[in-house]
Amino acid sequence: MPTRRRALLILAALAGLAQLSIALALMVGSIPITPLEVLAALVDNGGTSGEVVRSLRLPRALTGFACGGLLALAGALLQVLLRNPLADPYVLGISGGAGIGALLAIVLGFGAAGINGLAFVGALGAMLLVFGLAHGEGGWTHSRLLLTGVIVAAGCGAVVTLMLAMAPDDRLRGMLFWLMGDLSQTGDPTLVLILLTAVLLVSLPFARELNLLARGADVAQALGVAVRPLRRGVYLVASLATAAAVTHAGAIGFIGLIVPHLVRLATGNDQRLLLPASVLAGGSLLVIADTLARTVLAPQQLPVGVLTALIGVPVFLFLLTRGAAGRG
Amino acid sequence: MDQTDLTAPLLTTRMLDVGIAGRVFCRALELSLPPGESLAILGRNGAGKSTLLSVLAGLREPDAGEVRIAGVGYTQLGARRSARIRGWLPQSRSEAFSSTVLETALVGRHPHLDRWDWESEADASKARQALAAVGLAELAQRDVQTLSGGERQRLAIATLLTQAPQLYLLDEPLAHLDLNHQIATLELFSTLNRSEQRAASVMVLHEPGLAARFCSRALLLFDDGTTLQGSSDEVIGSESLSRLYGYPLREVGAGKLRWFMPA
Repeated sequence: MPTRRRALLILAALAGLAQLSIALALMVGSIPITPLEVLAALVDNGGTSGEVVRSLRLPRALTGFACGGLLALAGALLQVLLRNPLADPYVLGISGGAGIGALLAIVLGFGAAGINGLAFVGALGAMLLVFGLAHGEGGWTHSRLLLTGVIVAAGCGAVVTLMLAMAPDDRLRGMLFWLMGDLSQTGDPTLVLILLTAVLLVSLPFARELNLLARGADVAQALGVAVRPLRRGVYLVASLATAAAVTHAGAIGFIGLIVPHLVRLATGNDQRLLLPASVLAGGSLLVIADTLARTVLAPQQLPVGVLTALIGVPVFLFLLTRGAAGRG
Repeated sequence: MDQTDLTAPLLTTRMLDVGIAGRVFCRALELSLPPGESLAILGRNGAGKSTLLSVLAGLREPDAGEVRIAGVGYTQLGARRSARIRGWLPQSRSEAFSSTVLETALVGRHPHLDRWDWESEADASKARQALAAVGLAELAQRDVQTLSGGERQRLAIATLLTQAPQLYLLDEPLAHLDLNHQIATLELFSTLNRSEQRAASVMVLHEPGLAARFCSRALLLFDDGTTLQGSSDEVIGSESLSRLYGYPLREVGAGKLRWFMPA
């Protein structure tokens, strides 16, 4: 268990990493911009490079950071709620619901706002469906919730595949990009940044109770945690965080699964540190991945979801083998 | 706030009905356990011992009647204040995530900490004392997922000691323990009963000889939903136990050291 001091040091280091990743995202691209020019662009308007930084790269980097943070936070919360280190934000079908909404909007030829709106409606629909079905009589067990979520996700997956099969050819590319996760269509990052802050601030006061919930519902209840409202709250907050991220950036994979894992391997399973550290690390990872996605094969842009997987998988496997050796 | 009358019962039940899926385990059970006393719950597999214990711990609703700890009901107390009065040892626990033995024992401090508190050095030293009391001091930095069954059981007991409640509800506290640790554990809880704090304990046991020796009272749960309770000396005997377990038993020994052999 980290001391409060050690936790703050780790968070400060991760905050530094987050700043570096955003600085990198502002500098790199089809027009390289020096650090000084970036600083100048941020403080006063004017100049082509200023325009590129302020209206293109900064909103995209901030949206990426917020979405990465939301996904990592949702993953960390769901891993505790389901007591399963393999849970990710999509395991309960939220991304599937959002996918149906977004693809429907693309097929119907809606603009970015319409796609986001329908994606959010789809995510909320899947969330309410899973919540309602998992509740049933006899209450909530994490295995029942998990099974219901997995089945709803599978159903959504089938509908998504059906829509892909029936969609007109000229829409297919946009649909595939959305499904793999894409930050090229982002607008104003304010809303999603506010959401990220709100979700983190709501979760942090319950972090020690989440530590107990991770050890089992009965154990937590016996040690003074009001388990029922806590579980519902965690489900709601994690679902909203996922819905917000998926609505803004599509179903970007791996961040929500791998980032909480990486942080847990590096710092232990104390949610008081794990939750904010996951936000910072997840945000940074997505910003770096997105920067690579738009520069590696420039001018062609890759779906960022491919990059998060290509970075995340080897890093994860490395830490996992190192962790196992250290423990043995 | 937690000042309680030192003679008032720590655990009382009134007209308690407990059952599961249409089966009745006990009807209109009246219990009253004053500080310093210990109660053994005996019964066959599936007689409802664990279910009754989780009702007593406030983790499950009874079919009817009420449970009070230190004179107050669980709903009225709330989860957090309840946790400062009663502790519960689960029959089994599984750890989904790795953590150290010391971290796991420290979890017991949760009900004593405010929302934004971190565990202090004083909390850590309480946890270390508890680990030492169950013989796990050397393993403080080990990962719980590498412990043996008996070590996990002793760690769960240490977590309970770190919680430091007044009322201990123990579901098979001797599970997975070797003979030496079985006696040490029972002596540990007897010491708590006799200590200044006058803790009370309720434990589900499978060995009537140990129940007779270490518990002042006993509650027998029969398969037909009837119960028998009283002082261990009166209630635990070859006749009642033969009926309880559905197998003839013969009593050996005398006084506090009585054993029951399958005849």
